[in-house]
Amino acid sequence: MKDELKLHKKQQEKSGVSRRDFLKTLTGTAAGIGISQVFNPAVVAALEAGLKNHPVLWIQGQGCSGCSVSLLNNVEPTIADVLLKVISLQYHPTVMASEGETALENLYKIAKQEKGRFSLVVEGAIPTAAKGKYCICGELGHKEITMVDMTKELGEMAGSVLAVGTCAAYGGIPAAKGSVTGAVGVTELFKKYGIKTPVVNIPGCPIHPDWVVGSIVHLLTKGIPELDADGRPVIFFGENIHENCPRLDALDNDIMSKTLSDPEGCRMDLGCAGPDTYADCYKRKWNTGINWCVDNAVCIGCVEPGFPDSSSPFYVAK
Amino acid sequence: MAGCKPQSEPAGSGKKIKIAIDPITRIEGHLKAEVEVKGGVVVDAKIYGGMYRGFEQILTGRDPRDAPQITQRICGVCPTAHAQASSLALDDAFGVKVTDNGRIARNLILGANFLQSHILHFYHLAALDYVNGPDVAPFIPRYENNDVRLDKATNAVGVNQYLEALEMRKICHEMVALLGGKMPHVQGVVVGGATEIPTAKILNEYAKRFKVIKKFVEEKYLPLVYLLAGPYGDLLKCGVGHKNCIAFGVFPLDAAGNTLLKAGAYTDGKFSSFDPDKIKEDVKHSFFKDSTTGLNPKVGKTLTDPEKSTAYSFIKSPRYDGKPHEAGPLARVWITNPALSKAGQAVFGTNAKVRDIGDAAFSILGRHVARAEETLVVANAVEQWLQEAKPGKETLVPAEIPKSAEGLGLSEAPRGALLHYVDIKNSVISNYQITSATIWNANPRDDKGIRGPMEEALVGVPVPDPKNPVNVGRLIRSFDP
Repeated sequence: MKDELKLHKKQQEKSGVSRRDFLKTLTGTAAGIGISQVFNPAVVAALEAGLKNHPVLWIQGQGCSGCSVSLLNNVEPTIADVLLKVISLQYHPTVMASEGETALENLYKIAKQEKGRFSLVVEGAIPTAAKGKYCICGELGHKEITMVDMTKELGEMAGSVLAVGTCAAYGGIPAAKGSVTGAVGVTELFKKYGIKTPVVNIPGCPIHPDWVVGSIVHLLTKGIPELDADGRPVIFFGENIHENCPRLDALDNDIMSKTLSDPEGCRMDLGCAGPDTYADCYKRKWNTGINWCVDNAVCIGCVEPGFPDSSSPFYVAK
Repeated sequence: MAGCKPQSEPAGSGKKIKIAIDPITRIEGHLKAEVEVKGGVVVDAKIYGGMYRGFEQILTGRDPRDAPQITQRICGVCPTAHAQASSLALDDAFGVKVTDNGRIARNLILGANFLQSHILHFYHLAALDYVNGPDVAPFIPRYENNDVRLDKATNAVGVNQYLEALEMRKICHEMVALLGGKMPHVQGVVVGGATEIPTAKILNEYAKRFKVIKKFVEEKYLPLVYLLAGPYGDLLKCGVGHKNCIAFGVFPLDAAGNTLLKAGAYTDGKFSSFDPDKIKEDVKHSFFKDSTTGLNPKVGKTLTDPEKSTAYSFIKSPRYDGKPHEAGPLARVWITNPALSKAGQAVFGTNAKVRDIGDAAFSILGRHVARAEETLVVANAVEQWLQEAKPGKETLVPAEIPKSAEGLGLSEAPRGALLHYVDIKNSVISNYQITSATIWNANPRDDKGIRGPMEEALVGVPVPDPKNPVNVGRLIRSFDP
């Protein structure tokens, strides 16, 4: 507990956000509010003034768009405010109006114009087998652009990279046992090609919108947040789910859930991956703070670098 | 103008022009379209599926109970559909009968996802084909001549509803999460039923949110779709395709397997009952080994061949009774034929049903109308399930992994018919096959050289201005790939 408090203080000093705000951040949705509450309205106003045009290029590899869809669930500021006021989302395959060459020409134009300044967001894994053919992102001048090409080229030009979701961070499901596509996350690809641009991993299958909005705002206002050994921001991924689980008392009293629909008890006998998982879901919860995996069934450890193989089989006691 | 009825013939109209659009955006996944245009009209088309992850291979050797979790990651827009189909396949293989409350809980989870997906699709994926967003990224750049035909006031209504719909779809996700744990990717749908026993409080929270959604669907979504038929009336006359439909049935209403939206096929103008054995998947034009072509999913194999010279897509070509069939809301409501909404009956007459729309249903705008109408059908059913759900009653029955068994799960994703097949040997998955919605629609030519449904529907679509091939994207997005 003492160590945690120290961590809070360190984060606070590093970020310059007021202590009161930071405590609010760290207590997450205890009162039904997300991290983004911290930045609203005063910080949003500041962002509007100072960072209105910060260019963000969002590219997609082997993914399911689930992280993009999850981001749309952001509460405060609303996703409309994030899109229209906080960032300038110049490229996003699921959202943008343009398509084909119009879209790709704009992508590379902005990347050149804003070299070293723009943030690149990568969603989905990057397949390296078969010369990258397992994911084609577009065609420019009759030439196919693979996800490998696109991530390398834009990654080198970006000021920072956010690897959004477990696929982009660590390979995730496309890289699971049995895969033939050579799927990797951004950090591994960068390592292979000697690309030095800093990467912030925001894992999760999918991400929690607060984790992404919070990290982007931190990046834009204060720089790279403190990261753990797996490249994740400590403010969101610094705590063990099991050790902080509201059901920990049940375990201490030997009350174990008997089935997945048992509303009571600790889920460890059912395969809960909480003891091996570091994220703040236990207090932040999901979808405007109304539920989370452990209350509903079990944690499957979706934010961990080895997911899914590190926790699969999901329903067998670890 | 790039509408369906070109005002004038473009220069050089006698020659064939090839146009490639890659990426096709505002869809889930990676697609490329290549069309040949002659005389201002598409005369041939190819759809390239440019991404492969290999779920079927990744599932092999795993604990079968993991399948609903892993397969949800196929699609972040409709994960619950995969959870449902996968759990149905496991229910079948494990030999379990789900309780009424379990079935209803699953329907409430999938139903809320249908509402979310249809609203998201119309407003946030398709609407920018018809409405101009604000003049900032990501709404610019756009085509120089994007053929948006709304007056200023109507366009503003569209933009306001786009923003309001962001909130609506978020509320739908909250409904899913109340019973599913979180969304995207729910924990709550598993073999044997659902994990969250609905309490009176949960049902109340769900109902409170649902009321807002139903009002939005009736008062905003449906009227806006019908309003587009005015300025874009010509888009009700193109994009017909093969005019074959397939539906597997979704939202079980009882233990006997009757469903809200019915299973069936519509082939060459005739309706028939659905038989899963009539599905075969061709791969001559897909990046899979030729030796695996023409197989039913129950004996299906997935072996990639990324360098295959005859192939242009990572999508297999499923055929029903040897013929391409489109799947999705249009296919479902065409087969089920429910009564139209008030907004629909104002156009097609009192007591009009879906089939009274006639040929216009098989068109770019017709598919949007079908989707909006289906949204209300699902909403009305959700209202019913909220009444039927029993607070505190068990939703899950125990299920033991069989040593050896097979199971078939047939359901529907918001974007179309969905099949999961599992074969279990030595208590682990020995083969898993998925034929998903977009595979039905966006597939390449089959072994006989017949175009896939989306490819065929592109033929005849007007592209009067090759620099601004607006209608190609409009057609593709009308399928919600």
